[in-house]
Amino acid sequence: MSDDFIREVEHVARLARLSLSSEEKELMADQLSAILETARKVREIDTVGIEPTAHVFSIPAFLREDVIYPSLPVEKVLQNAPKKMKSYFRVPSITVIEEE
Amino acid sequence: MEFETVIGLEIHLELQTRSKLFCSCSTAFGREPNTSCCPVCLGLPGSLPVLNRKAVELAIIAALSLQSEIQKESRFDRKNYYYPDLPKAYQISQYDRPLALGGFIEMKNEGVKRKINLERIHIEEDPGKLMHSGESIFDSDYSLVDYNRAGIPLLEIVTKPDLRSGREARLFLEELRCILLYSGSSDCRMEQGSLRCDANISLRPAGSKTLGTRTEVKNMNSFRAVEMALDYEAGRQAAILSAGGSIIQQTCHWDEGDRKAIPLRGKEGSSDYRYFPEPDLLPLILKSDYIETLAASLPELPSQRRIRLMEEYGLDPADAAILTENRSLGDLFEVAAGEYKDYRNLARWVRGDLLYLLKGNDRNPSEVAPSLLIELLTMLDEGEINRPVAKDLLANIVKNGTNPRELVQQKGLGRIADREKLQPVVEKVLAENKDAVDSIKQGRKKAFAFLVGKVMAATAGRADPEKVQKLLRELIN
Amino acid sequence: MELYQKTAAELSRLLQDKEITAVEVFNSFTERIDEVDPHLKVFITCTLDSALETAAAVDRRRMENEELHPLAGVPVAIKDNFCTEGIKTTCASKMLESYIPPYDAAVVEKLKRIGMPILGKTNMDEFAMGSSTENSAFFVTRNPWDLERVPGGSSGGSAAAVAAGMVPLALGSDTGGSIRQPAALCGITGLRPTYGRVSRYGLIAFASSLDQIGPLALNALDCSLLLEVIAGYDQRDSTSLPHEVPQYSAAAGRELEGVRIGLIEENISANFDPEIKFAVLKMAALLEENGARITEVSLPHTDYGLSAYYLIAPSEAASNLGRYDGVRYGYSADGDNIISLFSRTRGQGFGAEVKRRIMIGTYSLSAGYYDAYYLQAMKVRTLIRRDYEKAFQNFDILVGATTPTPAFKLGEKADDPLKMYLSDVCNITDALAGVPSLSIPAGLHSSGLPMGMQLTAAPLNEGLLFQAAAVLEKCSDSPPQQRTALNLTGRGEL
Ligand SMILES: [Mg+2]
Ligand SMILES: [Zn+2]
Repeated sequence: MSDDFIREVEHVARLARLSLSSEEKELMADQLSAILETARKVREIDTVGIEPTAHVFSIPAFLREDVIYPSLPVEKVLQNAPKKMKSYFRVPSITVIEEE
Repeated sequence: MEFETVIGLEIHLELQTRSKLFCSCSTAFGREPNTSCCPVCLGLPGSLPVLNRKAVELAIIAALSLQSEIQKESRFDRKNYYYPDLPKAYQISQYDRPLALGGFIEMKNEGVKRKINLERIHIEEDPGKLMHSGESIFDSDYSLVDYNRAGIPLLEIVTKPDLRSGREARLFLEELRCILLYSGSSDCRMEQGSLRCDANISLRPAGSKTLGTRTEVKNMNSFRAVEMALDYEAGRQAAILSAGGSIIQQTCHWDEGDRKAIPLRGKEGSSDYRYFPEPDLLPLILKSDYIETLAASLPELPSQRRIRLMEEYGLDPADAAILTENRSLGDLFEVAAGEYKDYRNLARWVRGDLLYLLKGNDRNPSEVAPSLLIELLTMLDEGEINRPVAKDLLANIVKNGTNPRELVQQKGLGRIADREKLQPVVEKVLAENKDAVDSIKQGRKKAFAFLVGKVMAATAGRADPEKVQKLLRELIN
Repeated sequence: MELYQKTAAELSRLLQDKEITAVEVFNSFTERIDEVDPHLKVFITCTLDSALETAAAVDRRRMENEELHPLAGVPVAIKDNFCTEGIKTTCASKMLESYIPPYDAAVVEKLKRIGMPILGKTNMDEFAMGSSTENSAFFVTRNPWDLERVPGGSSGGSAAAVAAGMVPLALGSDTGGSIRQPAALCGITGLRPTYGRVSRYGLIAFASSLDQIGPLALNALDCSLLLEVIAGYDQRDSTSLPHEVPQYSAAAGRELEGVRIGLIEENISANFDPEIKFAVLKMAALLEENGARITEVSLPHTDYGLSAYYLIAPSEAASNLGRYDGVRYGYSADGDNIISLFSRTRGQGFGAEVKRRIMIGTYSLSAGYYDAYYLQAMKVRTLIRRDYEKAFQNFDILVGATTPTPAFKLGEKADDPLKMYLSDVCNITDALAGVPSLSIPAGLHSSGLPMGMQLTAAPLNEGLLFQAAAVLEKCSDSPPQQRTALNLTGRGEL
């Protein structure tokens, strides 16, 4: 596997917030390049003038009325929280935003 | 070298809905943390967004009032990034097919007419709120997250880089707020976070057309802060460029206490949001007649009203400006003016005593019945009451909605013009103030006014001043 | 015959006639579960207590002559990616190992409302990513026809449960074949309905523009009965279709006279197992005997389907799975800053296949690749949709094989993602087009393993699929329950 592609894998893993071990990275690079090789087949077709499909059916968007319904009780909001403090979710320091 | 400052703003406004953009949780401000949350706005697995009709309507109204062109078909996209206040790790926003394109605001900066163009207007959801444990974001060990705000509907307005100074940016925001308050789409309260503003700012040699390297300024929490922060940043960039340095593209955090813009992140611009169409929401397709109905219901813009108030009612520019700043104050004036024809007098009362009382009592102009105001001014004009009494009555109208005529009758506050009633009072005042009478006789006019005041005070301001003067003269001579 | 060997329709009849009670039905199936689950490993969570309560309540109400839904008291199992209030919902992932949703999925609400006892939550490939149920973070599920083989996936647990008589009905989800492929490999019937026919509210998302919920059962009639329960408009899912729900079960029994059937060339491809090709052709001939007109048809962009799918689905998945960050719920790793919390949580909480797809999706959406990968795939999706639109101008139903081969061995494709992806090759284009597609048993392979045939119709024409399937069931030699693994006549020695 080329160093370039390993670096690419590292970049994508960072974007996706996935920590990968070095073995995982190697394996991932191999598998990803094989999968992307197959995926590149879509580029063989001429799609000039073809609209992309984001939704298979075009039905009018449903719009909700601006009405309030009861929210979840706060115990339920926090019931799965890994770390909480008072009625907040607690997270570690956020000073580091971008690693790159 | 002379530099020209180039500023573009990105404004986020909270749309005035009762429920959130994609779920039915309340948008009410100041609730206990995490009590306005449901599976949708917490981004729980399996939850799906459903668009709020009112949010769309308010966004269209706002865009129309900014002369922006509503797009028949717009689309929602996901903006993917990781941050603890973003429950789904993506924000539902609009990317390449926004709700509205273009638009402008016309305003005056130091007498010069300026047209500030808009790039686009779109709808998106607010993230939650982070509270930092330390003094600031820079020195906290941990943070706390409250998702009450997550999913609150926002309108994002992006201007073209048409602004030329911090002052101009501030004037623009003030005019924008005025327009949006008029349209009723947002309450634009910067202190509650319902209006937020980020700026891109760069410098270029005067006359140049190309844009210089820009920095982004965030965390400006008031209109004043916008002006100070941008002028600060323009000065900082000018100093660097004058010294032959170059500007690094970065994001700065305005520190209100230190009055400094502090660089926040090292490498901005490396952000890759991986936008793609939101599969859970269908495109928003708007029918022309729906847009037209909303356009037809659009209130007159403040700038248009200002001119009309001057032309229609003969008001001077200062009165017209104050009456348009606040839509419901102007409405109160115009409804009252339908019956009360001394417009300038009406304008003076409305923008003067009435506005003062409203502010002091934290009341809205819409809470004042125009009929009561008309009644009051008519009574004053017809000499039924005196001015000080009128002011008291006005206070009662604002505080309790009391009918001034009824109160006058009930408490006997009418003007005293009867000679029989006034003469004993005047005689008593003269008897108690012999010195004053003497000095009048020696030709000192001031003492006469003093005696009038005494009589007025003795009648709790109700005596007819003309009659009082006449009686005084008669009795002194 | 034991109750657990009966179809849902049969159980429904007996229950309505008060010949049996819902508790008796419950007991028969739970005994069967006790007997075979240790070998097959189908359930991640069993919810027998609440199921028994539901069954008892149904009996009570029936005793009081209350009018009940025909399926009241008929047990069901659901894939573990449907949210269940107060009951663990794991998606077979370490990430959600102890996650307890505070709400029920729309389909779960519906099952509960009519009194269908939910026996438990079935194993699956983690986050529905896979074709063998080997990607479960907890254990592998085995094929009841041969314990050395996979049940297919990702709804492998649901398919195996029905095939082995542990439940008469089950729900699965199908993003690119996840109902039909395991149905075929387990010898049962499974439907992927029209996209938007069943509310996705509460289905834990894999790829939102493709995910669809559907029934798995012993035959078409049972599938149609369960579809009637779960289909319908739901305001909580903006992609839900507002069209009225027909009585699907009435379709079984109608004639096929004049129905135009297209035999998809690409889905009886030369490199498929010849016995499967032959089985499909034989079934097509049966349809013809019953009055249908059969012609070959080509869906020319099928070849690009797999590539487009493996860009679109992972892209949406990468975004859908971003929320598992260790802050609000689920697995949370130690981290002294926010970046390490996020990355470690996700690095440790997700399995290999999920990480692979997140990587592909993130790559395909990222700056510089979007146009060439994701956007191009979306355009190819348009071409694939047009293939179907064109075909449905001339045909009512399109048929082909469900899978290129019968069930493969455990571990056989586990190390080669591409090989694994190819096992869904016949199921992907219908998903991309959003059209309904049904897999039905197509007899047994010489290896003793079941084979499947896939029938596809135009949007919202599920009824037509049930109609054709019922005709085929009628003219095949054995009743549906005998064509399943119930007797374990294959190599499934328990
Ligand atoms: Mg924004
Ligand atoms: Zn909510």
